[in-house]
Amino acid sequence: MSSNIESYLDQPYEAGFHSDVEMEKLEPGLDEDKIRQISAKKDEPDWLLEFRLKAYEHWKTMEEPDWANVEYDKPNFDEITYYSAPKNQPKKDSLDEVDPAILETYEKLGIPLHEQKMLQNVAVDAVFDSVSVATTFKKKLKEAGVIFCSISEAVEEYPELVKKYLGTVVPYTDNFYATLNSAVFSDGSFVYVPEGVTCPMELSTYFRINDQHTGQFERTLIICEDDAYVSYLEGCTAPQFDTNQLHAAVVELVALENAEIKYSTVQNWYAGDEEGTGGIYNFVTKRGVCEGDNSKISWTQVETGSAITWKYPSCVLKGDNSIGEFYSVALTNNHQQADTGTKMVHIGKNTKSTIISKGISAGVSQNSYRGLVKMAPSAEGARNYSECDSMLIGDRCGAHTFPYIDVRNPTAQVEHEASTSRIGEEQLFYFLQRGIDEEDAISMIISGFCKDIFHELPMEFAVEARKLLGIKLEGSVG
Amino acid sequence: MLLEIKNLHVRAGDTQILKGVNLNVEAGEIHAIMGPNGSGKSTLANVVAGHPAYEVTEGTVRYDGDDLLELDTDERARDGVFLAFQYPVEIPGVSNSQLMRQAYNERRKARGEDELDPLQFDDYVREKVKVVDMDPDFLDRSVNVDFSGGEKKRNEILQMAVLEPRLALLDETDSGLDIDALRVVSNGINQLAGDDNAVVLVTHYQRILDYVEPDKVHAMVDGEIVQSGGKELAMELEERGYDWVAKQKGAAQ
Repeated sequence: MSSNIESYLDQPYEAGFHSDVEMEKLEPGLDEDKIRQISAKKDEPDWLLEFRLKAYEHWKTMEEPDWANVEYDKPNFDEITYYSAPKNQPKKDSLDEVDPAILETYEKLGIPLHEQKMLQNVAVDAVFDSVSVATTFKKKLKEAGVIFCSISEAVEEYPELVKKYLGTVVPYTDNFYATLNSAVFSDGSFVYVPEGVTCPMELSTYFRINDQHTGQFERTLIICEDDAYVSYLEGCTAPQFDTNQLHAAVVELVALENAEIKYSTVQNWYAGDEEGTGGIYNFVTKRGVCEGDNSKISWTQVETGSAITWKYPSCVLKGDNSIGEFYSVALTNNHQQADTGTKMVHIGKNTKSTIISKGISAGVSQNSYRGLVKMAPSAEGARNYSECDSMLIGDRCGAHTFPYIDVRNPTAQVEHEASTSRIGEEQLFYFLQRGIDEEDAISMIISGFCKDIFHELPMEFAVEARKLLGIKLEGSVG
Repeated sequence: MLLEIKNLHVRAGDTQILKGVNLNVEAGEIHAIMGPNGSGKSTLANVVAGHPAYEVTEGTVRYDGDDLLELDTDERARDGVFLAFQYPVEIPGVSNSQLMRQAYNERRKARGEDELDPLQFDDYVREKVKVVDMDPDFLDRSVNVDFSGGEKKRNEILQMAVLEPRLALLDETDSGLDIDALRVVSNGINQLAGDDNAVVLVTHYQRILDYVEPDKVHAMVDGEIVQSGGKELAMELEERGYDWVAKQKGAAQ
């Protein structure tokens, strides 16, 4: 039964096609001149070039870290292309000049960029390799005062805002991959929600890596002023190549007083084949700061793709009574490896954080939860609740939990619960004996296991996420 | 004949568990299979239900005239074979009503009937909850999670009442129940039992037979049914133990 279930897990990767789009690329490899070229191509102000160069200088002094519970061949940074953009650059606000091959790519992925065809109430920023190719519903958002555009555009149009916040949450010295990103980031999304505004629609960015040798280094910056609210979602896919592509993003969130940011990810980068060849290295730094009192940042992630995932969406809870949340489903199959979790750093009084992590491992994959809960001396009355549940499918995979707890205030409370279970023959037999076939059984078991997380996703995406897990897990239980 | 088992030999790994079981069950009958631990009575119920851990090495099982062993486990279930589990599994995050609705609709689909939507099913299942004398809140709880032993057994009976099987196999559903729960479980069995279906009770104890009147009682020892009779056999087994039938069998041979 075991092998039967596993074969069923190995569904083809539907987003694995490659599109023929004429691209303008830099030569592979990285030096100061390349960074100047990237900056020049984007017509950037001097301060941004300075930021990039400082980061690059710092990066040269850094070593690639190896503390994560993953094993992989280190990327060769001389072979990566750091900038790749479609030749036909569209004018802003118009889809007419976007290369039809790109529109078709998104259409095929189920993300039509023509507004009339789109999901109601979801605005999309589409990032293709290094640059944003389209942002929808801009006008409607502008009426509400919300800025939603590519970060390149923001640098041009709103330089003061970008300058004020860029690198404040994730400094350019932060870590090896964040520093590399600071030097070479090409595009990403920018969101600004002014005081008192509840963003009238879901915002989403859809990242697509198309080119075989291009690294994707996107940079996302979201700022919510006092009493503002935004819900943001990112989705990701890449074609199927037998080489590994690097995705090293940085996401910075800033929530001011009473503000709330809800950030959701459905990640389905190509994971490599059954033998573990190819797939995306997903090395991402995501961090939000609850700057103001009573602010809230909530991360929800459904991670199903990538050969290697290495990410810890985190919250720095500075404002008193601020709230950080992390809800995660990480699924690994075949040779996938994931080391993911969160950091909750409590600084303000009565700050509160919740961590719910669900790891599902199948095949010969390794799935690790790594989480830090830190209560600073100032975090009077702070509270954390963590729950890490692992589910094993088959007997060749692994689940690991690495909780780090650092409490420096005697009034702070930290609770941690962990469990491991296995979808086994007995559980499946129970469903089968009730007349429910194996496919439905697995999908019900997994949906049940992840229920608390799906509950946190925006409705449209919860359905997608459930479907995605179903596809990824079909036939994997035994 | 609803269930016709002939010369059934079954193995789990290297261990031969059933060594030539013969059993005939007609629609409308209630059978009790009694025997000591390790005699193979639970195995028999599980093999009929299609548990993957067992391998049939010899013999036949016919269900309503068809070769049951040819059918997959879920097909058997949709055809009306139901097993009340001795140790029901927990399924976190999946509610009782979700599981039962899916199972019930699978049976309806197999019979060419329309599926019930959640509201229709809710009406249907609430009537059934009364059979097992449980709070309707029970329907929203995750399947068997944090249930007491008695609640798990009642839940099996509730599922049986919902699915209305043609052949119900109850694997030691009566063990570990207090007298009230035993009454509820027995009530569920008696409500199900009718002219078109049959019940096979696998049990250690004669006790449940005070509430459920069996048509036939079988004594199983070391992988074989060694004696069959009426209700009085159950009393005799309780009084004299299984050694007695085992010896009788030895003497007969």
